[in-house]
Amino acid sequence: MRRLRAGLSLLFVPFLIGAAKPQLVPDVSQREIQIQYSFAGAELLLFGAILYPGGRIPKEPADIAVVVRGPVEPIVVREKRKVAGIWMNADSQRFRSAPAFYSVASSRPLSELVDERTSAIYELGLHNLQLSPGAGIDPDKQRRFEAGLIDLRQRASLYFENPRGVEITDGVLYRAHILIPARVPVGTYTAETFLIQDGRVVAGAPREIRIEKFGFERFVAQAAQRWSLAYGLAAVALSLLLGWAASAIFRRN
Amino acid sequence: MDIYLPVAGVSVNAFVIVALGGVVGLLTGMVGLGGGFLTSPILMFYGIPPAVAVASAATQITGTSISGMLAYRRRKGVDYRMGAVLIIGGVVGSLTGGLLFRLLQQSGQIDTAIALLYVILLLGIGLLMAREAAVALDIIRPRRTPKPAPRHNPLIAALPMRWRFYQSGLYISPLAPLILGFVGGLLTTLLGVGGGFIVVPAMIYLLGMSSQVVVGTSLMQIVVVTAVTTLVHATTTKAVDIVLAALLLIGSVIGAQVGVQFAQKVKPELLRMFLAIIVLTVAFRMAAGLGWRPPEIYSVELL
Repeated sequence: MRRLRAGLSLLFVPFLIGAAKPQLVPDVSQREIQIQYSFAGAELLLFGAILYPGGRIPKEPADIAVVVRGPVEPIVVREKRKVAGIWMNADSQRFRSAPAFYSVASSRPLSELVDERTSAIYELGLHNLQLSPGAGIDPDKQRRFEAGLIDLRQRASLYFENPRGVEITDGVLYRAHILIPARVPVGTYTAETFLIQDGRVVAGAPREIRIEKFGFERFVAQAAQRWSLAYGLAAVALSLLLGWAASAIFRRN
Repeated sequence: MDIYLPVAGVSVNAFVIVALGGVVGLLTGMVGLGGGFLTSPILMFYGIPPAVAVASAATQITGTSISGMLAYRRRKGVDYRMGAVLIIGGVVGSLTGGLLFRLLQQSGQIDTAIALLYVILLLGIGLLMAREAAVALDIIRPRRTPKPAPRHNPLIAALPMRWRFYQSGLYISPLAPLILGFVGGLLTTLLGVGGGFIVVPAMIYLLGMSSQVVVGTSLMQIVVVTAVTTLVHATTTKAVDIVLAALLLIGSVIGAQVGVQFAQKVKPELLRMFLAIIVLTVAFRMAAGLGWRPPEIYSVELL
C-alpha cells in the first residue's frame, strides 16, 4: 500500500512543478516592416520578461530561444556536377515547405538547452527544419540537398543561428536582435519565443510580423502582377521616350 | 545611393546600374550591339534574379536602340524595307524562343544551355571579325592572294524570289534576312540580348549589305523585337522591373549618343577590331566558367 501511495504521489510531481513554472511575457519591436525605396534590411528586437513564481529567481535561471521565420515556399534545389568537362545541373530535389527566412537566437547553444527530440518538435535550429521532401527518397541524397540548401541560405543571411544572441538581464528581462536582410521576400513572418528550463519548453504566443512593400514600390509590384499588359506597354513606352529624348537633346548640341 | 527594385525584390546601388547602362550604351552607339550580352550576366552577378535580369535588359535595349537608330536615321543609315523583313522574322523567333526557354527551364538546363550558346556564338563571330579587321588594318596579311570575293554568298544567291533593297545595295531573296531575323529574335528571348552581335556580322559578311546601313537597320530590328520580348515577359514571367530598366536606360541612352558621335570619327576597321576583342574576351570568360568549379554547387528555384 505504501509503495502504491508513493508511486501515486510521484505521478503528481510534474503537476506540482508545473504549478511553479515561470511564465513568459514576450513582445516584438515592430509588427510591420515596410519596404521602401532604399530598403537595406531591418533589425527586429524581440524582448520581454520572465515571471518566476513568487518573484524569486532560481539558482539555475531559465533560458530563452527566439525564432523568426518567413513564409514557407515549395522549392527545387538543383545540384551541379561535372559532366563531360562542363559543370551543369545533374540532380535535383524538391522540398515542399522551405521557410524563406529562418533565424534562431538563444541565450546558450541549443544543444545545451534541449535534447534532439524536443528541438525537432519545436523546429529549433537549422538542422531541425521540416522541409518536407517527397516520400521514398534516398535519405543520403536528402541530407546532402538539405545541407546544400542550408549552406546556401546561411551565406545569403536568410538562415541564421546565433547561439549567444539572447541577452538576459538580471535573470528577468531578455532581448534579442534579429537581422532581416534586404533580400527577404514579402509576406507574413512569425516571431516565437521559447522559455526553456531543465530541457522543458514553454512556448510564448507567436507574434505575426508583416513585411510589405509600401508606397511607390508597392504600386509598381502590384501593377506588374495585376495589369501586366499595361505595365509592359508602360515599360516599352518609358524606354522609347527616354531613348527619343536623349536623341533629341543630343541633336541640339 | 541604394535603391530598392520592387519587382526584383533587392536593393542595388543606383550609380553602379547607371554606369553599367552607360558602358552598354556606348557599345550600342559605336558598333550596333545591344550590349545585352554584357548587361544580363553582370546583373545576375550583382544578385538580381536571372529572369528579372533578362527581362529588364530587353526593356533597356529597346530604349538604347531607338536612341541609336534615330541618330542613324538622320544620317540616312536605315534600310526600312530590310528592317521590316528582319522584324517579321524576329517576332516569330522571339515567340519560338519563349517556348524553348520554358522547356529548358523545366529541365533545369537553362543556365548551361545559355552559357554554351554564348561560347559557341561569340567564339565563332569574334574570330571571324578579328581576322577581317586584322587584315584590313594590315596587322596580318591574308595567307593567299585573295580571290575577288563573290558579290553574294552562293547559298543566299540560290534562294528564290529576289527583291531589291535599294539602300542596302542588294538584290536578294527576302528569305535570307527573314531567317537572320528569326535567329536574332530567338536569341533575344533566350539570351536576353538584342541579337545585334550576330545579325550585324551576318549582314556584313553573309548578305554583303552596304556598311552605311548595317548598324541602323540592325538597331531598327532590335527596337521592335525587344519591345515584343518585353511584352512577352511582362505578361508571362512578370519579371520586368521598370525601376531597374529606367536606371539602366538613363545611362545607356546617353552612352548611345556619345557612341554614335565617336563612331563617326574612328576608322570602322578599328571599331570592328575593338568589338572582336570584347566578344572574344566574353567568350573566353564564359568558356572558362563552364569548366571551373562554380562557386555555388546548389541553386534554389521557386516552384
